[in-house]
Amino acid sequence: MLLANLRLSLVLLLICGLAYPLAMTGIAQIVMPAQASGSLIVDEAGKVVGSELIGQTFTDSKYFSGRISSIDNNAAGSGSNNYAPSNPALIERTQKDLAAFLEANPGVKQEEIPADLLTNSASGLDPHISPEAAAIQVERIAKARNLDPAKLSALIEENTDGRSLGVFGEPRVNVLKLNLALDQLK
Amino acid sequence: MDFLQISLVLVVLLILAIPMGRYLALAFSLTTTRLDRVFGGVENVIYKISGIRVADMTWKQYAAGVLMSNIAMVAIAYLLLRLQGFLPGNPNNIGAMEPLLSFNTAVSFLTNTNLQHYSGESGLSYLSQMMVIIFLMFTTPATGIAVAMAFMRGLTGQRSIGNFYVDLIRSHTRVLIPLAMIVTLLLVSQGVPQTMEPTATATTISGTEQQIARGPVASLVSIKHLGTNGGGFFGVNSSHPFENPTPLSNVIEILSMFLIPASLPFVFGFMAKSRKQGWVIFGAMGMMFLAFLITAYTAEVNGNPALERAGLSQLMGSMEGKEVRFGIAQSALFTAVTTAATTGTVNNMHDTLTPLGGLVPLGEMMLNSVFGGDGVGTVNILMYAILAVFLAGLMVGRTPEFLGRKIEGREMKLIAIAILVHPLIILAPTAIALATEMGTAGISNPGFHGISQVLYEFTSSAANNGSGFEGLGDNTPFWNISTGLVMLFGRYVSIIAMLAVAGSLIAKTPVPETLGTLRTDNSVFLMILIATVVIVGALTFLPVLALGPIAEWLTIR
Repeated sequence: MLLANLRLSLVLLLICGLAYPLAMTGIAQIVMPAQASGSLIVDEAGKVVGSELIGQTFTDSKYFSGRISSIDNNAAGSGSNNYAPSNPALIERTQKDLAAFLEANPGVKQEEIPADLLTNSASGLDPHISPEAAAIQVERIAKARNLDPAKLSALIEENTDGRSLGVFGEPRVNVLKLNLALDQLK
Repeated sequence: MDFLQISLVLVVLLILAIPMGRYLALAFSLTTTRLDRVFGGVENVIYKISGIRVADMTWKQYAAGVLMSNIAMVAIAYLLLRLQGFLPGNPNNIGAMEPLLSFNTAVSFLTNTNLQHYSGESGLSYLSQMMVIIFLMFTTPATGIAVAMAFMRGLTGQRSIGNFYVDLIRSHTRVLIPLAMIVTLLLVSQGVPQTMEPTATATTISGTEQQIARGPVASLVSIKHLGTNGGGFFGVNSSHPFENPTPLSNVIEILSMFLIPASLPFVFGFMAKSRKQGWVIFGAMGMMFLAFLITAYTAEVNGNPALERAGLSQLMGSMEGKEVRFGIAQSALFTAVTTAATTGTVNNMHDTLTPLGGLVPLGEMMLNSVFGGDGVGTVNILMYAILAVFLAGLMVGRTPEFLGRKIEGREMKLIAIAILVHPLIILAPTAIALATEMGTAGISNPGFHGISQVLYEFTSSAANNGSGFEGLGDNTPFWNISTGLVMLFGRYVSIIAMLAVAGSLIAKTPVPETLGTLRTDNSVFLMILIATVVIVGALTFLPVLALGPIAEWLTIR
């Protein structure tokens, strides 16, 4: 009886574990090759600069910075510290980051800082920030790059994705795409 | 906008679930239907090469089929995990998984739990992702759906409880494989990768190098949800931008995991030839679900008071451990759905939920009958329905009957076993873990939250959910063995007991309905059913909830 079940399991293994994923890979690669390969962004020289879906770390004050990532946006893995809301380490990290952000962005008041900017994302690879979190960095970047703040605000608006179908999810800015556009700005 | 986007998803779900229920009832019919013309050819080929006989089974034959096939599957899975280093389909050169972790992983995917003590990026080859994970992600919900069909046939007095192998194969050919193909392509269109190419290397504009893990992700993520499995391709599951890139993919995943559990009550209505009976079961689960969903949303949207005091505005809600594209609404909805349908996929880190937000997934898994996983959830709520009939019957002095069949000592004993095993395999190991060094060593968050971490791990294992308070350091012999055993008991004790109940009910002569019969297809019974589930659950679990999430809430509010 166990032998018959083994035979059945092997048949299902070949159908579900091999035929199905390989067929799907074939179809996806033909119909939507860019998405199926990881939505990679390639520059003019043909070099991969990242994936539009995967966050990167920006520490230079001339770039918009993204969300906190305890794994430093290392996309070979994924994860976070999983701090509970009551964990003292969470409070300590937040207070340190608040002080650092206020120092780097002198015109900003503490209560204006949106929460997404100073919290760790779930994946540690979140490519987005809220439009508010981008807006609050405009003054710093305009000063560092000697640009008109209005131009930067327009750039943020251009790179803001609305809710899906106008309803689902939240409006958001892709930080990597925004910074790539920023470098193109003359 | 939050209210609109949440209710829209639930309305679409309802619109899909009713026709899906009608389809499932047809697909698993014991008589010949027009669907046989479409799928019969393929199915007959599979029966022939696997050597399956399609005759009706007794409950004992059916249960033996469940156990023997599952033993064969877990053996294959374990071997593949141990040998993955020598097998092809391994472009990132990942070595063998060690024995205890392989045991835990094979059991976890066999029992539809998908608790993961490894991280997919570094722990599994592409071949293992396909031939262990995707393979079991099809066969285990198929097993669950088969058991539910058998149980419902017994309750509604059909010709027989059916044939396990026929039900197992039909779940694949008529339900899971076609749906998975559609959902896979929808997910790829949103940006979920589906490739055999190894990890990509990028040179960032800051000049550093970034390794980007990818693989055949979409074909796994689709069945992960459709089969209420929940194990992610990547460590952080559906919060990873490659597993869930847009709010739209989030909605697709929510609908996928809720579709089958939400349509099975309607299947029951069709089988019982009483649509109202189906609606009463659906309504009871739906009302409990809404209560949990509202609690989760309210808790998260109000933010973390401890961070507010530290000076970080909480106007956006509690964003630690959440993704910007989902925000609070899509995160709270996902959390409520994944623990109701006991999928266990997560799009935000449950460890970081506010205390009362974290109470919601715990509570849903403790009740274990708010829709529940493919098949088994329906079996659980029907088990509670029989218990409710029995209790109400005793209170008002009427004969306990359900759908024209007397509920007697034998059925009640079996149900009592199934209901009592669940809290036992949660609370006893939790107590052991908290009392010993090998248990407490894994706790990563201090204070009352540490108790919640341990409690969550065992609740998730017992309910075959698979999500976690992931800070817990759980890849140790203690956690691999203990949760492995809890998952096995959580899955098979109730499956075998309920098949026995089905076998016993189907053999009884139906009694005619009289004025003295307690009606089970009206709103009064709906309320009795909810009260039964909530009272049993609350009496069992309130003390331990007071020590974990409630105590944490009191300390930071």
